[in-house]
Amino acid sequence: MVEHGDIRVVHRGGSKINFREPVITSDSRFLLCASGECVKVFSSSTEECIHDLRGHTDLVTGVLLKPSNHLQVYSCSADGTVRLWDFTDGILIKTYVIGYPIYSIHASAKHEGVIFVVTATVSDKRTESFQLVAVHLPQSGDQLVEARELSAVLSNVSSNPAAIDFGRGGEYIASASGLLLEVFFFKKQKAYRFSLKEDNKKGGKNTFMCISCHPKDDCIATGHEDGKIRLWRNFNHQKEYTYTTLHWHHNAVSSLCFTPEGTNLLSGGIESVLVQWRYNQESQKDFLPRLGAAITHISVSPDGELFCTSHSDNKITIIQSCVKVSAVIQGLVKGENVKTDLMVDPRSKSLVLNGKPGHLQFYSLQRDKLLYNLDIVQQEFIHELGLQQFEVVNAAFDASGSWLATVEERKQKDTELELNLKLWAFDEQTQSFVLNTTISAPHEDRITDMCLCHADESQTTVLVSTSKDGHFKAWQLAAAAHTEDEGPSWMCDFVGAYHSMVPQCCCFSADGSLLAVSFQEVVTVWSPASWELLTTLSQPPGAIRNLCFGRLSCSKYLLGTTANNLLCCWNLLTCSLEWSTSMDVSLLLADPISENMAAFCCQAGATDLFLFKPSEPRPLFSQKAVCSGKVTRAVFAPREEMLESCEESSQWLNRSQLYFLTQYMDLMTFTTKAEEDRLMAASKQLVIDDTVAMTPFYLLLGKHRQHENQVTPSDPSAEREPLPQGSVAIKELLQTPAHVLPSTSFLCSMFVRSLLISVTDTSAESKPAEEEMESEKEEEDSEGEMETSSSRPTQQTSVGVGVTESADSPALTKAQVRELRRVRKLDHSWITGLLDP
Amino acid sequence: MGEFKVHRVRFFDYMPCAISAMAFHRHSERLAVARADGAVEVFCFADNYFQEKVIPGQDGRAVEALCWVGQRLFSAGLNGEITEYDLENLRPRYTVEAYGGPIWTISSNSQGTLLAVGCDDGTVKMFEILEERIQFQRNLDRQKGRIISLSWHPSGTLIAAGMMDMIRIFDAETGHATHRLLVERGVGASKSKEVVVWSIVFLSDHTIISGDSAGKVQIWDGFTGTLVRTHLVTKWDVLALSVSQDESSLVAGTSEGTVVQFQFLSSTVDQQDKEWIRTRTFKNHSHDVRALVHTDTAVVSGGMDTQLVVRPLLDKVEKKTQESALRKIAFPHRNLVCCAKKAGLLLFQFPDHLEVWRVGESDGHGKPGDSLLVKRKPEKLIQLKTKGEDHICCSALSPCGGWLAYSTVSSVRLYRLQYNNNISITKVSRLPKELRWAHQLCFSSDSSKLFASSTHSTVIVVALNQLECKYLQTLKPKSGSRQPVHLLFASEDGKWLASANTDCEVHVYNLQKLKLHCTVPVYNSCPTAVAINPATSNLVVAHADQQIFEYSLVQKEYTEWSRKLQKQGLHSLWLERDTLITNITFNPKNPAHIILHDMFMFCIVDQSLPLPEAKAILYNQMTLRSLPEPERIRHSHAFKICKNFQHLLCVTLLEDHSLVVVERPLLEIMSQLPAPVRQKKFAT
Repeated sequence: MVEHGDIRVVHRGGSKINFREPVITSDSRFLLCASGECVKVFSSSTEECIHDLRGHTDLVTGVLLKPSNHLQVYSCSADGTVRLWDFTDGILIKTYVIGYPIYSIHASAKHEGVIFVVTATVSDKRTESFQLVAVHLPQSGDQLVEARELSAVLSNVSSNPAAIDFGRGGEYIASASGLLLEVFFFKKQKAYRFSLKEDNKKGGKNTFMCISCHPKDDCIATGHEDGKIRLWRNFNHQKEYTYTTLHWHHNAVSSLCFTPEGTNLLSGGIESVLVQWRYNQESQKDFLPRLGAAITHISVSPDGELFCTSHSDNKITIIQSCVKVSAVIQGLVKGENVKTDLMVDPRSKSLVLNGKPGHLQFYSLQRDKLLYNLDIVQQEFIHELGLQQFEVVNAAFDASGSWLATVEERKQKDTELELNLKLWAFDEQTQSFVLNTTISAPHEDRITDMCLCHADESQTTVLVSTSKDGHFKAWQLAAAAHTEDEGPSWMCDFVGAYHSMVPQCCCFSADGSLLAVSFQEVVTVWSPASWELLTTLSQPPGAIRNLCFGRLSCSKYLLGTTANNLLCCWNLLTCSLEWSTSMDVSLLLADPISENMAAFCCQAGATDLFLFKPSEPRPLFSQKAVCSGKVTRAVFAPREEMLESCEESSQWLNRSQLYFLTQYMDLMTFTTKAEEDRLMAASKQLVIDDTVAMTPFYLLLGKHRQHENQVTPSDPSAEREPLPQGSVAIKELLQTPAHVLPSTSFLCSMFVRSLLISVTDTSAESKPAEEEMESEKEEEDSEGEMETSSSRPTQQTSVGVGVTESADSPALTKAQVRELRRVRKLDHSWITGLLDP
Repeated sequence: MGEFKVHRVRFFDYMPCAISAMAFHRHSERLAVARADGAVEVFCFADNYFQEKVIPGQDGRAVEALCWVGQRLFSAGLNGEITEYDLENLRPRYTVEAYGGPIWTISSNSQGTLLAVGCDDGTVKMFEILEERIQFQRNLDRQKGRIISLSWHPSGTLIAAGMMDMIRIFDAETGHATHRLLVERGVGASKSKEVVVWSIVFLSDHTIISGDSAGKVQIWDGFTGTLVRTHLVTKWDVLALSVSQDESSLVAGTSEGTVVQFQFLSSTVDQQDKEWIRTRTFKNHSHDVRALVHTDTAVVSGGMDTQLVVRPLLDKVEKKTQESALRKIAFPHRNLVCCAKKAGLLLFQFPDHLEVWRVGESDGHGKPGDSLLVKRKPEKLIQLKTKGEDHICCSALSPCGGWLAYSTVSSVRLYRLQYNNNISITKVSRLPKELRWAHQLCFSSDSSKLFASSTHSTVIVVALNQLECKYLQTLKPKSGSRQPVHLLFASEDGKWLASANTDCEVHVYNLQKLKLHCTVPVYNSCPTAVAINPATSNLVVAHADQQIFEYSLVQKEYTEWSRKLQKQGLHSLWLERDTLITNITFNPKNPAHIILHDMFMFCIVDQSLPLPEAKAILYNQMTLRSLPEPERIRHSHAFKICKNFQHLLCVTLLEDHSLVVVERPLLEIMSQLPAPVRQKKFAT
């Protein structure tokens, strides 16, 4: 087995956008937020992602505007680099290599050329402790700079970036971790420490959660676990420090932020209410309730106009002046667990999984955007701890994407299991799924697996569901029996069982001619046309865990994994075991558009990936330790455009991408070097117009406007002569090798000549214009004289001008000319009459 | 520890009175506290917050304001009178009618020459403070509406007066109002209600700070008369304000029972311009905080819930010391219960009446910890109302139960009680003329003599018999102290009489010779309880700083045990207790046992056992019980502490060796208080 260096596991698409505090640029037009391995630049007005800043090779852990240049932004990452970007154009300016994984980044305008990063303490790796390090950025022109001048500022800080903040223009830095608040004054090089008791008699928990320093006053606001906010003052005395306590939140304060002027303090927590406290008049507070989910971060634009809150459901809300939610940027919603498998909607090619409670979300991975939520349960969700609600536990698409089957269940303590099987038809008109049939209590016990098959010959779609009650059922669309206005609905067609064993999984072959259902350690193969049991395959001991038919050329194979660490491949033509290998496969899945199959194996706390064709003995690709923990959800998502990779090991990525969910609910995928380069190149090509954010609308309208601009040049001064770079002489001069060039004296005259505007072509155009200008001037003068002397010849010239003008525009008739002349005379006399007194 | 039959007495319905005003004398660290019934108490903060002096109240005399002028204490109340107190004789010295209707406030200038009172009719009256009296000087410009609060500028040239809806600044020399600051009314429904400026503070930088009934603390510029800043502190009233001496910290007491601290802080570290910023909130009261004092190290607050709370400011005191502990003073530091040991009777002293109860009886057999069946219920024998409007300052019941005496500031009354089939009470009509009033009363153990302490720490001895009572002698100490006697104890054997005064002196008189026997060496803390052990003739004195001394009256020196105790030192936990020993008794069965109690525990000191080591567990009764018998001796020490009974007013032994424990749970007192203002609680 070979390791393939150019294929990496990356966060791409659907990553957390609420991982770190978003940053609003100083002109409030863009919103930057760390998302996986890139920094996303959103337009704050249209919610659209404008571009990604790509380059980091690990999770981006912090985004920070460069204090001395508001058009540049720092980003830090766990890959040990800090990068400086021009975020409007998406250009990487510099890369500073620190060498240690960085957890957060801080900077202030007072400390020019210094950034502060949080890294793990080197000495002991077992205990998680972090330190704040000042990094002196070397002044060098290179793109890649190694920053080795590090000096520790504070030790034992929190890795949470919300727990460190600069105060009053960088005079001091405050850090909170655990029960200790530490304030370090740079001028005096002195740190003050204030500790709180763990909990007081009244049951308050005093652990620090977040911190924010007042921008002008010496006041530090700290948020605590019990929902209290403390405003610390006088903290340059070890003893005479004092604090005010504010209490509104009933649970931990997760984020605090002072507005740039320091007039208000914003706080948020699990209540999903943004609270705005007036500084120094804390009894007055404003609320913005019902923001949807717990607030994790709050940030304010530098002008204080926009607030921005991140939420626990991977959402960023942009709020205008604390009253109006103006934009919502929604990422992929990942709850505590994804009960449905990862699926790909065949129509929209979007990823489908559990989203909001009781919903399925359709998430476009290509555009990294939530398309829509489909309400499956169609019941009000009640926010209450410990309340059992209906949950979507299973869902399946058919191959064409016209049917969707979902299972929802609710299990309350004493009552029976409530199950609903719902079938949704895709409505072409509304372009969404419409509920077709609801089957309540389709089985007597939990549904373990479900698959839909569109059989070509019979033109019917069959749904098979297996349940713990020992049966599997086949459902079919049947014509409505009673009335005509009701459309066809789904009915149970067949109930199958095998030796009263419990079925675990089911799988249709690619052409729909065979159905495999596993009953513990036995695989039964059925014909859906006649519902005959064709054959049984078995490889005891160990119950079957996964079942999968091969595709395309390998469709004669049926693969299964057992609980006893066995991967078996049966040949359906011979009904015998083709091969088997011993591996602990936690997940087996087939690529629907190729023969490839992926097996995730769990070994020693990490997951390995094997990619193989059932017909070939050697795996196409394998990677050890893809991620820690067990992978139970993965999906092959087809690509929009094929990749042309010739390398053998990465060919499997050409047509589809493999996404998987890690233990920590991170959506990861595999990428090749070539693909990354292509993406990098694509992001560099984008050039952003300064006035309007790059959105699809802009691309439509902006082009049109540009076109207009070309047609009507607005004023002549703006239109410059093209610089003489394009001229042949200079090209020659620059491109010819030095040793073959003629003498400089010869070249000089040629060069100067090339700079001169050539007489021949320009003079012809410019002369009439000049004449016109002159004549207009004369005309004006003449008007001035007209009243006083009304001399004949001047009037004549003016008439002459009128005639020449009319000659230019041939559409004018004589009468019109006359009329024009009359009007002009009238007009002018009237104006001069006004002007004279 | 020994086993006792315990009379758990819970029928003493003692109800302390709400605190209405406080004044702090910074130089001597004494706090004067006025209660709603007109009583004035003086606490000595330097001596572990000991309640040195109590001046009994009077019906119809409600003190609204207190003011120290030098060592003199003045009060004013809604009866329209200004009273100066005689702190040596614990009685009002004189009262002056101000003729301005009810007086809301009184304040003296910093020089101590003038006293300003704010009257209900809108006048601020100035009184000149003379050597022996005060004299009306003049009125300042009369205003419409009552004057609720007053504050002098430290220079003494300006006075700020809080009124209804406004604040006036007067020039103290001309008497004219120079500024009129309008106070905004409360928001919402109470717009039509006048706002009362309950409290006002005039700082030396001409900043005026006011607290009003709309819940605001407002900061005004006194030069221009403009509002600088408003802090909305509560939905209810801000009743009291107090500023620290260096004017860097201010506290405001509210109707919600909270005390809010404001500090004068610079907004940035290095800058000079400072502003008042609300910082901490203390919630130690359930009811209105009516009175506040900001001492150098602590905030002292008192109010409707009758407790005096001393909340140290942690930035001013050393952390984790005795000084930094919160202290609540709920009970008086003297005995309100007198026990007739032989007769099994209890005398309860209320401000305006006395009650005599007989304790219940039971069969008296049971296991330790059992509650015995009561055979005869306790019964109230006598309820005696006082004559006149003066409140009782002291009372005594003779050990045989046959005599009862009480004293007000104006008279002493003596009654003869007889218990035949029915109880008869007869007043002894002719008392010797020397016995006009007393600070303390005490009967001799054979009930043949009555001792009454009088002026200059003297004790008057009166002989009692069936027919008459006769003046015998006046016992005088040699020191010539002018302070009043606050403790009197006659020994069981009838030989000795001990008296302690607030100059910390303890004098012992020989009753057979009727002359001074000796004076115990003066310790610098006030005695809180004295008793003489009848078996050994040793005097045991407990002091306010929790020290205990034993003094042999025969040898006239400290006993061996006392020296050992001083040498080794008391256990730190013992010294950290925040309530004082108020009573000492002895166990006649075992003369080595001393029984003493404070509010939270009673303790039997066994002089035969070794003293606790510094590292030993002081409260070890529970651990001892769990240990096997031979182990116990190794772990036991002299201090055996029992916390089974809570909030003790009195613990004493009857003659039949049963223990009388008079309890008054604080929760019961709380439940009898009027309802507090409504407050929104989260999730209600």
